[in-house]
Amino acid sequence: MTSADGIVRKPMDLDRAGVPEGEVHIITERCKECGYCIEYCPEKVLVYSKEINSRGYHFPMIAEDKATSCVLCKFCDLICPELAIYTTDASDDETQS
Amino acid sequence: MSTPQPNDFSVVHPIDHLMRADRLPHILCAGCGIGTVIHAYVRAIDESGTDPDQHVCVSGIGCSGRAAGYVNVDSYHSTHGRALPFALGIAVHNPSLTVTVISGDGDLMAIGGNHFIHAARRNVNLNVICINNFNYGMTGGQVGPTTPIGAKGTTAPQGSIEHPFNLPYLAKACGASFVARWTILHVRQFTDAILRSMDKDGFCFTEVLSPCPTSFGRRNKLGEGLDEVEMYRERCHIENGAENLQDLDIDIVDHEQPITVGNFVDIERTAFHA
Ligand code: SF4
Ligand code: SF4
Ligand code: SF4
Repeated sequence: MTSADGIVRKPMDLDRAGVPEGEVHIITERCKECGYCIEYCPEKVLVYSKEINSRGYHFPMIAEDKATSCVLCKFCDLICPELAIYTTDASDDETQS
Repeated sequence: MSTPQPNDFSVVHPIDHLMRADRLPHILCAGCGIGTVIHAYVRAIDESGTDPDQHVCVSGIGCSGRAAGYVNVDSYHSTHGRALPFALGIAVHNPSLTVTVISGDGDLMAIGGNHFIHAARRNVNLNVICINNFNYGMTGGQVGPTTPIGAKGTTAPQGSIEHPFNLPYLAKACGASFVARWTILHVRQFTDAILRSMDKDGFCFTEVLSPCPTSFGRRNKLGEGLDEVEMYRERCHIENGAENLQDLDIDIVDHEQPITVGNFVDIERTAFHA
């Protein structure tokens, strides 16, 4: 978070708020490879799979280096015409103090 | 996350309880925007916190007319053009219900056109979502009342020469209490428009521009669904409360022309109740 003038800016509540981390779930059999989730994910988390589902479509999967990049904006879920993808809060799975 | 596997049916979408999930995947084409609208509708029901039993979904004929068959609320797939009179009967008979019509531009504005103007004129308490893909998709791409001038269809291979309806202008002129236009890319905004419509008494109308790659996109060099949505991303500008609705015609040939979207009308006007 270094700006052009070299000043390091850090949000004051970074420690408290943090960036939400999402876990992506894909219902592969529903996907029709329209690409909306892949194209419009703001973090470019998703890529087309090499494998195909039973109807021949390449479904989305997490890009290799993006395992923890989902910010839980849910846009992939909202735009999907097939209800084939959704995200949950990854921190829900961990013990919170 | 675990690596997704082909043919895995074990993952259940959190909104599946409001869908007839056993019928998914639906029959709509890859890249068709209708699925996004159905999805947004059930999400709006969920977010509204109202009892799904208080909701009724009515649709007409055509690809968009399939909506009624996929949602897990009381629903009716009416005859061609008659979604509105059927929905009107429900809304007037039982005002406690939230009645939403999801149908296409051909069904609502051509054969159902008279029902549309009079339901809006009377300000019947209905939420109407018109999925506008500019053509009769199911029957192979004939031009209809919203086909932009110059756009091609099976019945206008050289391009349509008819003036189309400008739906937000029409709805406002007829007396609708709420009027919006969005595209499927603006899914958050039109989900909010649906929520507002559910809450509001009177005739509420939302047009959603939606790709039909199979019948319209292909003929009009718009490419796949993704290419058409990308065109919307580039050309749309949001102007909530826009006054000049008469200028909001959509040009599908000249890609330099902006497409105006937004929530345009939200007025108080006495609704029709029996
Ligand atoms: S929730 Fe947002 S950030 Fe996460 S994968 Fe979906 S679109 Fe990308
Ligand atoms: S938006 Fe849905 S149907 Fe389209 S590629 Fe993504 S998961 Fe598949
Ligand atoms: S023909 Fe067009 S409107 Fe009908 S399902 Fe296919 S893409 Fe959608």
